[in-house]
Amino acid sequence: MSYHVNGKTFSENPAAGQCLRTFLRELGWFGVKKGCDAGDCGACSVWLDGVPVHSCLIPAYRAEGLQITTIEGLAGENGDLHPMQRQFLDAQGFQCGFCTAGMIMTAASLSAEDIQGDLARHLKGNLCRCTGYHAIEDAIHGVKTVEEDRPGASVGTGVGAPAGPEVVTGKARYTLDTTMEGMLHLKVLRAPHAHAKIVSIDKSAALAVPGVHAVYTWQDVPRKLYTTSIHEDFRVDPNDTYMLDNIVRFVGQRIVAVVAESEAAAEEGCRQVVVEYEVLPAVFDPEEAMRAGAPVVHDTSGDQFIRQPERNILIDIHGGIGDVETGFAAADVIHEATYGTHRGQHAHLETHCSISWVDEDGRLNVRTTSQSPFICRDKLCYLFGLGLQNVRVFCDRVGGGFGGKQEVLTEDLTALAAINTGRPVQWEFTREEQFSASTVRHPMQTTVKLGATRDGTLTAIQMRVVSNTGAYGNHGGETLYHACSESVGLYRCPNKKIDAFAVYTNTLPSGAIRGYGLTQTLYAVECAMDELARALEMDPFDLRQKNVVRPGDPMLSLGEEASDTEIGSYGLDECATQVRDALARGNGVAAPPGGDWLTGQGIAYAMHDAAPPTEHRSEARLRVLEDGAFELAIGTAEFGNGTTTQHVQIAASTLGTVADRVRVVQSDTDKTGFDTGAFASTGTFVASKAVWLAAEALRERILDFAASHTQVGRDMCRLDAAAVICGEVRIPLGDLLQAAETSGHQLALSRRAYGSPRSVAFNVHGFRIAVHRVTGEIIILQSVHAADAGTVINPMQLRGQVEGAVAQGIGWALYERMVIDETGKVVNPQFRNYRIPAYADIPRTEIFFADTHDTIGPLGAKGMGECPINPVAPALANALEDATGIRFHDLPFRPDLIYRPIFEKHGMATA
Amino acid sequence: MNLNTIEEVRQATAVAGGDVEWRDGDSWLAGGTWLFSEPQPYLRRLLDLRAMGWQPLESSDGGLRVAATCTIAALYAFPGRPDWPASFLIDECCRAFLASFKIWNTATVGGNICMSLPAGPMISLTTALEGVYIIQGLDGAERQMPALDFVTGNHQNVLQPGELLRAIDLPAAALRKRAAFRRMSMTHMGRSTALLIGTVLPQGGAFTLTVSAATPRPVQIVFAEAPDARALRERLNEAIPDDGYFDDVHGAPEYRKHITHYYAEQIRAELAGAPA
Repeated sequence: MSYHVNGKTFSENPAAGQCLRTFLRELGWFGVKKGCDAGDCGACSVWLDGVPVHSCLIPAYRAEGLQITTIEGLAGENGDLHPMQRQFLDAQGFQCGFCTAGMIMTAASLSAEDIQGDLARHLKGNLCRCTGYHAIEDAIHGVKTVEEDRPGASVGTGVGAPAGPEVVTGKARYTLDTTMEGMLHLKVLRAPHAHAKIVSIDKSAALAVPGVHAVYTWQDVPRKLYTTSIHEDFRVDPNDTYMLDNIVRFVGQRIVAVVAESEAAAEEGCRQVVVEYEVLPAVFDPEEAMRAGAPVVHDTSGDQFIRQPERNILIDIHGGIGDVETGFAAADVIHEATYGTHRGQHAHLETHCSISWVDEDGRLNVRTTSQSPFICRDKLCYLFGLGLQNVRVFCDRVGGGFGGKQEVLTEDLTALAAINTGRPVQWEFTREEQFSASTVRHPMQTTVKLGATRDGTLTAIQMRVVSNTGAYGNHGGETLYHACSESVGLYRCPNKKIDAFAVYTNTLPSGAIRGYGLTQTLYAVECAMDELARALEMDPFDLRQKNVVRPGDPMLSLGEEASDTEIGSYGLDECATQVRDALARGNGVAAPPGGDWLTGQGIAYAMHDAAPPTEHRSEARLRVLEDGAFELAIGTAEFGNGTTTQHVQIAASTLGTVADRVRVVQSDTDKTGFDTGAFASTGTFVASKAVWLAAEALRERILDFAASHTQVGRDMCRLDAAAVICGEVRIPLGDLLQAAETSGHQLALSRRAYGSPRSVAFNVHGFRIAVHRVTGEIIILQSVHAADAGTVINPMQLRGQVEGAVAQGIGWALYERMVIDETGKVVNPQFRNYRIPAYADIPRTEIFFADTHDTIGPLGAKGMGECPINPVAPALANALEDATGIRFHDLPFRPDLIYRPIFEKHGMATA
Repeated sequence: MNLNTIEEVRQATAVAGGDVEWRDGDSWLAGGTWLFSEPQPYLRRLLDLRAMGWQPLESSDGGLRVAATCTIAALYAFPGRPDWPASFLIDECCRAFLASFKIWNTATVGGNICMSLPAGPMISLTTALEGVYIIQGLDGAERQMPALDFVTGNHQNVLQPGELLRAIDLPAAALRKRAAFRRMSMTHMGRSTALLIGTVLPQGGAFTLTVSAATPRPVQIVFAEAPDARALRERLNEAIPDDGYFDDVHGAPEYRKHITHYYAEQIRAELAGAPA
């Protein structure tokens, strides 16, 4: 048998039940990705004799004798890019790039007629979680959005990502795109019960499976409590988790780990483990969990961080300003309602995975997909009692994160197995594990009570939040604080009161995800403000404008303690005006004809701190290289957030060169300085600030040395693209470096930045929608978003961040829904059953940027990674009420969940 | 995904004559697009039907024979015939797949039917077009049955271990009918929440309504004469009680009922009009 891949012939044979995807990867074609392994996402698309297929569904033996083309074989033999690869570069039709190979293989197979006629149908089998599809659509249509970079003028230009050429050719290396001699594979047996005690585990049959090397139970792991959550300060989370435990707290919790020569043997080993459980009563609803007599998820023997274990209260927060009773007494109108938000999954296309090994020096190495290799390292050091010098954690390119990878979910077990077996050990989550056993957005029930005088002045804001942290408390406290902060701080009001609870239940753990708790409460507050405007018969813009914080105002919520957050720039007015004007202009898109569609519009505001309240720091190391280019070493990881591009742009602009001449070394605890992590929208605000400070300092150092070296006045020296010019003399930077080193000078330095003080970013979203009076279908007719990100470092990327966040917001509000049954099990852990938006589901959003310059952020910029998601759901809810006259309080607004009252009210209207 | 418990794949060149000895852990393999999309830990051996070499489509004045191994792509490419107005349903039902066009290149008509999910659009198509399924046993004996009776519930059908679906005959009499199609999904181009097809004789009169996706198995209601709205509603309520609607993440049962009635009436009204 022989297999022909990209013009090469292979004589290896696949296993009987092996799919083509894994066979191609075994042959070294790592451009073929796994997003779902079930035919739903298209990341593994290849061609068989020119016909596009999902290789995860093709029995490998059937490809025998056919010409197999992967992304690596798409370019011409001379290396010329295929036109579609070029177009994806020109439009930067990717962010993390994990879906890109499949997207390009699909798009490149389409005829012009397919593209012009029905692109939506042809793209429905390719999911992208990052971009919101706009840039992909541009790429397929051949629109060029990348702008040319000029020396010293990179900031403000839409330059492409440094990794772009590798992404579009399939050469970018993600976590598992590598092979290691002697690799073992790890799989875990997961709990079938929501709450149980493990009575016994018999691993003898599993150990007898050929190829199985080790089986680990709770008795084989360090008995140390920790948290999977990643924060610089581990004290902000409860230490409530064991690597493997003898108490089960949710369906899907890992129980036993099996390490074997192959995934097949590890899977068989898991099937052979015999576990005896004593099943315990479980509780799934947080309100029930707080009642006396409810099953206790974590008893009092656990971490003292847990406030009231007997009532399952992880943490409760109470605060406010003024006196709300007085405020409500002074109100002419009071509005009160409870708003419910549901779980949402990150659905990054690269699932959690890692490879660990112990090298010849006895050091533990971990190659992982993480938003923070440094904190991951620190956790592993703690768990295994190792010194920092004995552990290296690094990331290559990361396939999406959105907060999901602000968690240590695989590295601990692969490290344990690597230390124990002495072999490299790999563990890759299935998509099913991703849905049912990683983390989700904290579901929250938020009651908002607002009081206002007749003229719309707020007199009191009261909020009660109940957050379901699930079986473990990772991120439970910090998301709750965030939920209680900007949502209420956005509005000026003398009287505020907040009571909030994060509650344990026997469901899968909640965790960090774009918006980080705030998305849920801003949804509630922005819906409530809209309802208040209706009660006051005021325009919803006018009510907000009357009450929003203004430059110089403190942003108060839980109290009046001194804060490190201030309004470093204020673009909220401008954002509001842009959205108001755009909605007033319209976009010419009308509801479908006939009398069946109700139309309405809605808006929402949002404010988001530019960094977390927890410690956040980053170090940038910058040096001149022998060839006169620069090397930037920085710890922050790239997972499609685009910060690498910003870093090189900022360094290039400051150093008078182009982005191409700044080479980046990143996210490796051995090769870069410390970085807390790529989360909490800090890529720009903290990491880029470190880069900027380093670049400024290096520029001064270069010029100082050049001046003394050439004996030319310092003010006569300047940098150009690749040299320093001192008066009439032009010295290439490589030569200058040589001169510097000869004379004992270093053209290298580092600078650190901190996430304090903090600024705030603003976003406003507006929708005009049509709602079918019988079926409850919602069509988005117009979508408008205005963002205040301060200085725009890269307009193309910033648009991409906004589009991606808006698409996630639309998915959460309209389509996605994780269903948990009465046993606590996730019913729909597949993309086909948990529908994230496809291209057909996402409208084009008109995007505007406020013209502001932040006084705190680097070069006047502030982060925009998370906040654009925040106003999306409430703007949709408000548009839905405007269209139907009915307030829907609970997300999502799927037709089958909302049609009934709409039909009852409007069903008999016109025919 | 890899099916790691599979020990052997056998090319099934003939079913008859004891060529295959059926064992526990055996499964027929057609396109494989469902088998390879979920863990199948109980399977040990795959019997590949591709080796049968069945002609995908055979069109004659008597109707259209679709081999079970005919791919969705091949069916979608069928040009139809001017005297078969209902053949537009082929395109509609292919487009009703949640699956990508790329999967159509491998997935088969028979595979979709034998998977027997409520939202299987090939079940909807062949039931509405009054298809006859040809089923072969391991002894080579064939039996025939109406498409309507094949699926017995969610992911359940009449096939006995070792039996396979050989082909689907779509009679010309049904293809000559006028037809109307309606489909609802919770996302654009998503999996069907309800898929309804109505057909009438070319000259009008006898009206057949096929409800699928909304119910665990297809439901067909036949009227000798075109019904009025009330008669249709009553017959629908008789045929599908409130607890007869399917409940899963792609639609709540009461919603499926609501949509079924709404679309059924639209179809009735559409087909009650004069022949085009």
